[in-house]
Formats: sequence, C-alpha cells, structure tokens
Amino acid sequence: MADAAVKQEEALVVEGLTRRFGALVAVDGVSLRVAPGERRAVLGANGAGKTTLFNMIAGDLPPSEGHISLFGRDITRLSPQKRVLEGVRRTYQKSLVFGGLSVRDNLYVAIRGATGPRLAIWRRVETQPDRDGTGPLAERVGLADRLDAPASELSHGEQRQLELGMALAHTPRLLLLDEPAAGLSTRERESLMAMLADLPRDLTLILIEHDLDIALKAVDFVTVMHNGRLLAEGTPDEIAANQDIQDIYMGKHGQ
Amino acid sequence: MTLRRLLTVVVALVLLVYPFVVNSFWLVQIGGRTLGFGTIVLSLVFLTAYTGMLSLAQMTVAGVAGYATAYFTAPTGGVGLELAWPVALILALGLATLAGLLIGLVAVRTRGIYTLMITLAVAMAFYYLTLQNYAVFNGFTGFNNVEPPVIAGLDLGAPLPFYYLSAVLAVLCYAGVRHVVRTPFGLALQGLRDEPQRLQALGYNVPLLRVLAFGLAGFVAGIGGILNLWLNASISPGSVALNPVIDVLMAGVLGGIGHPAGAYVGAFVFTIVDNFAIDFIARERFNTLIGLVFLAIVLFSPDGLTGLVRRAWARWAGTGRRRDDAPDDSTNIGK
Repeated sequence: MADAAVKQEEALVVEGLTRRFGALVAVDGVSLRVAPGERRAVLGANGAGKTTLFNMIAGDLPPSEGHISLFGRDITRLSPQKRVLEGVRRTYQKSLVFGGLSVRDNLYVAIRGATGPRLAIWRRVETQPDRDGTGPLAERVGLADRLDAPASELSHGEQRQLELGMALAHTPRLLLLDEPAAGLSTRERESLMAMLADLPRDLTLILIEHDLDIALKAVDFVTVMHNGRLLAEGTPDEIAANQDIQDIYMGKHGQ
Repeated sequence: MTLRRLLTVVVALVLLVYPFVVNSFWLVQIGGRTLGFGTIVLSLVFLTAYTGMLSLAQMTVAGVAGYATAYFTAPTGGVGLELAWPVALILALGLATLAGLLIGLVAVRTRGIYTLMITLAVAMAFYYLTLQNYAVFNGFTGFNNVEPPVIAGLDLGAPLPFYYLSAVLAVLCYAGVRHVVRTPFGLALQGLRDEPQRLQALGYNVPLLRVLAFGLAGFVAGIGGILNLWLNASISPGSVALNPVIDVLMAGVLGGIGHPAGAYVGAFVFTIVDNFAIDFIARERFNTLIGLVFLAIVLFSPDGLTGLVRRAWARWAGTGRRRDDAPDDSTNIGK
C-alpha cells in the first residue's frame, strides 16, 4: 500500500519497459519516474530507443514487457485513444499536420479528439459550441493570425507550432515532444523554447532533443539512453559535466 | 466564393429547366442516368476526396440496394416478397449501408492499390453470387419489370417525375456530402486522409472512422443503386459485373476524383460517350473510345474535368493560386 501511495505522487512511472523487434531489442528494461510538473529531456544518439519509448508511453506500440502508469493508474493496456482522454499527448519527429485543413480545423480536430463526442454528424463545425477554443489555442502557439491558412501552406516552423498547439488541446497532463526543434532556424528554436517555458507549471513535459544545448537549457532533469538502455540520469549540470556522456553523445551524433 | 455561388445558381437552373428543352430520351437516358449513376460515383468520390480511400465495390453496394428493392417490390417466379414500398426502400438502404460497413471492415487495414484489389475481389465475389444463386438473386435472369411506386396518383416511373425524383435525390446526396465534410465527423475523415497516425494520437479510433466512412458511402451508393434499378426497370448479374464496377472509377476519374461535383460531371461525360459512341464508331469499340478519353484526361488533367475548370478559373481570376504547380496526388486533393 505504501508503494501505491508513492506511485500516486508520480506523474509517470515506467517500470522495466522493453520492446523487441525480432532479434533487435529497441528498448531494454527502461525504468523512469517523472514528477508532476517536471520538465524532462530524454537524450541519446540515433537508435538509442527514445522514440520507441515515446511510442510505448503514448500507446502507438505495445511493450513486450514492463508497465506504464500515469498518476497512479496503470495505462499499459489502454488504447492510444483512452490515453488521450487520460491526458497523454504527443508530437512526432516529423511534422504531422492535416495539410488539407485550415489551421483552425486542425486545432478543432485536436479539441474534439481530447473531449468528444468526436463523430457528431448533424451540426457543422462552425456552429459547434466548442469551436471557440481554437482561438486561444492558436494564440498560445503564435498562430492567431494564421487561423484560416491551409496547414499545407505553413512554413516548417509554423507547422511545428501547430503540432504543439494540437498537443495542447484540452488540458493535457503529460506532454511528449519528439524533437520539437528539429529543422528549425536558430530564431525559431528560441521562440519555440520560449513557448515551452510558458507552458503551465503543472503540465508534465518530456522531450526528446538532439540539440544538447537546447535540451539542457529547457529542462529540470535529464535521462540519457544508449542502445535501448538507461545510461545515466541527472540534472542538466551533472549531465553537462559527465565526460562519458559527452563522448558518447557527441561521438555518435556530432559532425 | 463567387464561383461557387454562380455555379450553384447555374446548376439549379439547368436542373429545373432541363426537362422543358429536351426530349424524353435526353430527359431519362441522359439526364436521369447521369443523376443516378452520378450518385454512385459520388459515393466513390466522397471516399477518395475526403478519406483518401479507393473502392471498386461501390457499384456492388449499389447493386445490393438494387437487388433488395427488386426482391421486396417485384417478386419474380417465386423469388422475393411483396412489401410496402417504404419498408422495401428502408430495407434496401439499410442493407446497402450494411454492405458498405462490411466492405469497410474487410478493407480497413489496407491502403492504396491493396484496397482496390480487395474491394475488386469483393465485387467479383458478389457478381458470381448473383449469377449462381437462384433463391435470392434469381440467377442469370435477375429481376425484370421493376417499377417505381405510384404515390398519390403520381407515377414516379413516368419520365418527368422520374427525372425530378433523380434530381432531388442527387441534390440531397451532394448537399449531404458537402454538409458531412464540414461536421466534426467530416473533419476527422479529412484528418484520416492527411495523417492517420496524427489522428490516432489525437484520440480518434482510426479503423472505426474508416469503416463508418465506407458505411456512409454505402448509403449514398444505395440511393444511386435504387435510381439505377428504376431507370433500367431491371437488375441482373450484368449490372454488377466487372464493366459497371470499373465504370464507376472511370467516371470518377473523368470528372475529377478530388471534388464531389466531379462525380456528376464524370457521369454525364460517361453517359454521353456511352450513348453516342455507336453513332460514329462501332458498338464494340466503345471501350476503346472511353479509354482514349480517359487517357487524355489522365494525361492533361489528372484531377479531371472539374480540376480543369478550377484551374482555368484560378488563372482567369488571377488569384495566383499555385494549385497547378502542386504535385498531383489524386488521393490527397479534395479541398
């Protein structure tokens, strides 16, 4: 019982999570504890298993072994849809926005997905009561003046902002951002980081990031993965000072 | 948009006035056929334009509605039951929707050409079922002398009422599709077309959405199938054979598979070629002719005749839209 009480305190508890693809073990017995409101970075070279870990937490991939619990509730067997209702949101490494829809419609699809009923067929979206939620959401990610633009006409940076906006629909509790700054210019990165810093403090955030500087600046705590295993954990200062990690990370990733 | 409003008025006027300027052949065989067949094509265009899925089984679903209507209103040689026509029509549309849902269930895990193959397989299985089954489908003969109902003295089988019935149902189906795609359900379908993975991460049940889209397309195809049945006054395995199954896809591509209006434009062109090819080319060369028309469209305007019109309009209006520069992906247009 005492153990259960401890788990309640954590936003996310991952225990012994493993995922095999045939002979390949992409994620090997990873355990994590993330406190509510914590900003956590997951670092690691390509192939370290970071995205596979995200896929299992978000429910896109079933784990081969292990457990995941969110605010004390075991979600290991929940469908991705149910996890969204529990407050899990994610973005992808590659911008996945609905190119044929306007920015407003993209955000609206996200709001409906997080609240439901999602399949209403009688009333047009323009007359739906929760349609107004798209305005403030766009404002939070700096797209207020692009609401009517087709998402396909957005710049890459704006598409990343839109992705973040979609993930923020209807009070998420755990936000998983997979390389949110990938492919952004230095200025766009800065504005994205400012957006992340402005997120409500009670929102738990885990981000995968290749840019070590950005990652270390934006988070409270760092998890380093290597070849599917947990290599080290610590504060950004500890990680920055750890020569082994610097060698592995820069050696594999740096040019 | 001014173009849209202008076109709506023009189309409404044409639909209304058409019967008074043409003879009964053009009224029923061209007008009525375009509207009924076009509604079947509409069900395919709805799937393709808004969900990114292709199907070769839309004529089959239409055939289910047609066979059901015939079975329940015009029993032949001990096959069928005589039911009140509203009951028969509700049953027919219900069965067509069910058929759509079942085909969706079979096709839900496939993409692109595999969806085409599997829906083609379903279509061919249904064709052979109708051909060989006598207890329900009356085998090779099918059902003949199937008449539309007479309501309050109005014979819906007479040319003018039948034309207007077809026009009203086609307009309702078209407007229904335009409405649905602007509802939360419709937006989700378009999300499914663009990025299914993202849609799932937003909390949607992607396979369920796909199946429901097939069900809705089945309902629309069912309406077209009933009109088709009444127009021909008969239905037989030939109505759901390989040729008519592919005709739906041909008409869709001719008109433009990215926009619901393309369904009727395509059906019209197809019907014209079908009826008049015989005047200047041998009957058995019809497929050659329609194939050449098809080839020309695919080469010069991959988004069909409606795409041609839209691009011409964009150029004329000088809006500077770069639509024609965009890579053409027939499963990804449809805004």
